[in-house]
Amino acid sequence: MKWKAKVVVRLKEGLNDPEGRVIGKALKNLGYNITELKVPKYFELTFESETPEKDVEEMCRRLLANPVIHTYEYSIENLGE
Amino acid sequence: MPKFAVIVFPGTNCDFETVEAIRKAGGKVERVWYKSSLKDFDGVVLPGGFSYADYLRAGAISARAEIMEEVKVLANDGKPILGICNGFQVLTESGLLPGALRPNKVPRFLCKWVYLKVSDTQTAFTQFYEEGEVIRMPIAHAEGNYYANDLNKVKIAFQYSDENGNITNDVNPNGSLLNIAGISNEKGNILGMMPHPERASDRWLGSEDGLKVFKSIVEYVKR
Repeated sequence: MKWKAKVVVRLKEGLNDPEGRVIGKALKNLGYNITELKVPKYFELTFESETPEKDVEEMCRRLLANPVIHTYEYSIENLGE
Repeated sequence: MPKFAVIVFPGTNCDFETVEAIRKAGGKVERVWYKSSLKDFDGVVLPGGFSYADYLRAGAISARAEIMEEVKVLANDGKPILGICNGFQVLTESGLLPGALRPNKVPRFLCKWVYLKVSDTQTAFTQFYEEGEVIRMPIAHAEGNYYANDLNKVKIAFQYSDENGNITNDVNPNGSLLNIAGISNEKGNILGMMPHPERASDRWLGSEDGLKVFKSIVEYVKR
C-alpha cells in the first residue's frame, strides 16, 4: 500500500527559537505587530508500507525529530495500491 | 602501537589538522572514510566540519551512518571516542552523549577565541590538565548551544569562562546550559566539545593548550 505522510516537527514549548525571533523582528520592522513567531519544520513523504502508523512514528523518533528538543505530529493519507 | 581513526564524512573539513595534532601528541592515526571499517582501531575522533551540509540538524545524518554502529561497539569496549564541533553534534545525535546542540542564542556563526575552564580531569581526554586550569582555544560553530533535560549522567569537562576561570553569562558565547563547552559520559571515555583543540595545538597557531587533549588520549590507549 502507498501512503503520503505530512509531518510537522516543532521545538518544545519554552525553548528559544532564534530563527523565529529574527524573522519575527523583521516582520515587526515591516510594521506588523508580531508577538511571537516560530519556525517549525515540515516534511512531506510518500512511502510503501503495511504498517504506516508505526513507520511514521518511528521515522519521527529516529531521525526527523530530536526527542530531546522537539515534539512532532503527523497525518497519513492512503494513496492506494 | 594503538591506532586512532579520524572519521571523514562528506563535508568533514578538520580531518587533516586533527590527524596532525594526534601525530604531534605521539599517536598513530589514519583518516578513515565513513564507508570503511573501524576494525584494528583503538580510538576514534569525529572531527569538525559540515557533514552533509548540516542538513536537517547539524550531525543528524552522519549520526545514522553505518560506521556509527562500529563506533558504539568501540565506545562500549571503553575505547576513547572524541567528537570535536560537528563531531560533538554527531555524538549527541547518535545518542552516545545525552542532550542536543541547538542553534546559538544569537543566531549566527561564531568564530573566535575563547577561554575554557577545565572542570573535570577524570576523563580520558582531560587527564593531563590541572583541575580548574584555564585554557584558550577557538570556537567556530552555528549550533553549539548545549541543552539537556538532565545532567546526572555526564561529566562537565570544559566550561566557557573568563581568563581567570570565572563562569559567567557574559562569557557564554552561544547560550549553552551552565556554559558547557564539552561533556563526557560517566565512564569518561566519550567526550564531545565545541571548541577546536586541534586549532590550538601549536604555538604558531596562537595556543597549544589543546594539545593535552590529544596527549591524554594517546596515553589512555596505551594502558
